[in-house]
Amino acid sequence: MRVALFVTCVNDALYPRTGIAVVRLLERLGVTVDFPDAQSCCGQPQYNTGYRREAEPLVRRTAEAFAGYEYVVTPSGSCAAMVRSHYPRIGRAAESEGRGPALAALAEDLAPRVYELTEFLVDVLGVTDVGAYFPHTVTYHPSCHGLRGLGLGDRPRRLLAAVRGLELRELPGAEECCGFGGTFAVKNPDVSAAMGTDKTAHALSTGAEVLCGADNSCLAHLDGILRRQGAPLRALHLAEILAATEEEPLV
Amino acid sequence: MTGTYLGMPAFPDAAREAVRDEVLRANLRHATHTIRDKRARAVAELEDWDRLRAAGKAVKDHTLAHLDRYLLQLEAAVTAAGGTVHWAADADEANRIVTELVRATGEREVVKVKSMATQEIGLNEALEAAGIAAYETDLAELIVQLGHDRPSHILVPAIHRNRGEIRDIFAAEMGDWGRPAPEGLGDDPRELAEAARLHLREKFLRAKVAVSGANFMVAETGTLVVFESEGNGRMCLTLPETLISVVGIEKVIPTFRDLEIFLQTLPRSSTAERMNPYTTMWTGTADGDGPSVFHLVLLDNGRTDTLADEVGRQALRCIRCSACLNVCPVYERAGGHAYGSVYPGPIGAILSPQLRGTGSEIDATLPYASTLCGACYEVCPVAIDIPEVLVHLRERVVQGGPVTREGIRVRIRPADGHTAERAAMRAARLLLDRPDALRAGERLLARARRLRPRRLPGPGRAWTDSRELPELPERSFRDWWAAREKAAREKGARP
Ligand code: SF4
Repeated sequence: MRVALFVTCVNDALYPRTGIAVVRLLERLGVTVDFPDAQSCCGQPQYNTGYRREAEPLVRRTAEAFAGYEYVVTPSGSCAAMVRSHYPRIGRAAESEGRGPALAALAEDLAPRVYELTEFLVDVLGVTDVGAYFPHTVTYHPSCHGLRGLGLGDRPRRLLAAVRGLELRELPGAEECCGFGGTFAVKNPDVSAAMGTDKTAHALSTGAEVLCGADNSCLAHLDGILRRQGAPLRALHLAEILAATEEEPLV
Repeated sequence: MTGTYLGMPAFPDAAREAVRDEVLRANLRHATHTIRDKRARAVAELEDWDRLRAAGKAVKDHTLAHLDRYLLQLEAAVTAAGGTVHWAADADEANRIVTELVRATGEREVVKVKSMATQEIGLNEALEAAGIAAYETDLAELIVQLGHDRPSHILVPAIHRNRGEIRDIFAAEMGDWGRPAPEGLGDDPRELAEAARLHLREKFLRAKVAVSGANFMVAETGTLVVFESEGNGRMCLTLPETLISVVGIEKVIPTFRDLEIFLQTLPRSSTAERMNPYTTMWTGTADGDGPSVFHLVLLDNGRTDTLADEVGRQALRCIRCSACLNVCPVYERAGGHAYGSVYPGPIGAILSPQLRGTGSEIDATLPYASTLCGACYEVCPVAIDIPEVLVHLRERVVQGGPVTREGIRVRIRPADGHTAERAAMRAARLLLDRPDALRAGERLLARARRLRPRRLPGPGRAWTDSRELPELPERSFRDWWAAREKAAREKGARP
């Protein structure tokens, strides 16, 4: 099976380790991974801040970059939700306003082919035990877009529970937003920080060594708070845990 | 809308104060978490919740699509039942109508049962200016009124107050308004409720005029319906001689039977009860039973303008259950006052900027008072896609565009203060639209990784005030991939 990796701009520029982990993981599971170089950002920051028109060229670019792939896999619930729920809407609005010819068709064609990583593993590959080894205590924060936008349910937790050596600790108030919210973190810094601090306090209360999530933007926010506090907990993307094995542990 | 909240600071500034108020945060946290857990249990009891939710949405959407027809039908039914219908285009007109109606009775005081519409238009202040005292009779409203305060929650307007604070307010203020609080009043809820009951009973028995709102109006029969928990509403709606109901035009539903849906979804969503303790209905007037004079003031005040907006109009489905407030993590920290309107929380963030327009600073910042986490949409019993409307209104704020104001289609300009942001968004888009430029940018960033500052200037400061910046990687994923491909090609592993 051949899939296209949609690595997202935050992963690309700030967290390349996540993308590398996805490549290692998928290849270990016998999947051939392509990285269409023409991809960039899905346009979520623009769209969510109110700049829908600025997002339109990025919608087109993304749709064109992934044309022809049956499966497009991304390690970001919010980018997957952006493509799946909002692309068709943006395409239709652009066309009705006389811009972006055929954008709706392009967007609608891409939307159902985009899979968040855990969906792809569980639903398409049909695996929950990916052969990972990670001998640490872990607590999992389900990001809002994965949880409510995509309805990932317990897929990430099932994947984690199958990792050898890993002890999963329940995160109190897990379903509450961490307070990142894209530009919200900058536009409403006090509320954002208050929410993030509550989230990290819950994570610390579990006594786990690792706070795991499946969205690097939420993790950047939480990790930033943890490091500012000098807390004994590190934030890690789910893909990195799933990619780790006894032979090739996480470095 | 009313001038009550004019001059409110932007949401982020108002929220900053609230976030720092430890007592307020503890009060809010406790109250919202208790009710949200109870709601979840009450909703889980119903197997057909999803269908009830879809039905509520469908009934409301249908009514809104034919609002003109149902309002005329309602007017005819109310009139036939002995009531009088008044149409108010805006707050001033509604206040004028009510003031004149009260004046005509010769009375100088009215009792009120919780009505958001009258708070929206600032009726109490208008009556006061005309020399008429308006007494709130809902317990929480009473606390707010006696405390010279503003409501901060739809259902529990005094949610931000704890028992001790309420005791102090009662002891200090009740005497100025009527029967004073008993000597040595304690902060036991039972004692507080009893003090309020004695204070209010006097008012109910004396009042000749009552002002109410309504949760629903049935077009078919001309019936108005109020759901409540305390029974104070029932006193207001039965004892006085004259009853004046001020209701937003979006509260109409077609038939009596439609109530069946909301009788199930509203109490469960708001108080987490299977059924609210009191459901009071009144249809015009009846000889020797209840008020002998009934007036219905139908309030527009921005509603038909909102109806003209294809995306935003879904906000008019709202049945004011407050479930979205109770699950909202932003409301929980910011409190209701930060929203600068009688409608706080997620629904306030989409309703106020539509009813009032996005011209003021507070209204321009409300659509950004959310992380778009989607919890509000998930609990809403009429399935209002609040995140969708928020993004839609953000677009209106930063890009301007067509809106309807007072029935006229106009194009509004973007709100002030977004020039730098717009430029940044454009620049980012241009960069992101050219992967070669993006790659170059990423390389520059990687080379500057050791220069990574601890504090950023400008808008970035908001990030670094409470968070570290991410460590910058040595190279981007894009570069890692390119190097790997090159190595593979050299080994002949890839074509
Ligand atoms: S928007 Fe929905 S959840 Fe919020 S108050 Fe209105 S009906 Fe209730």
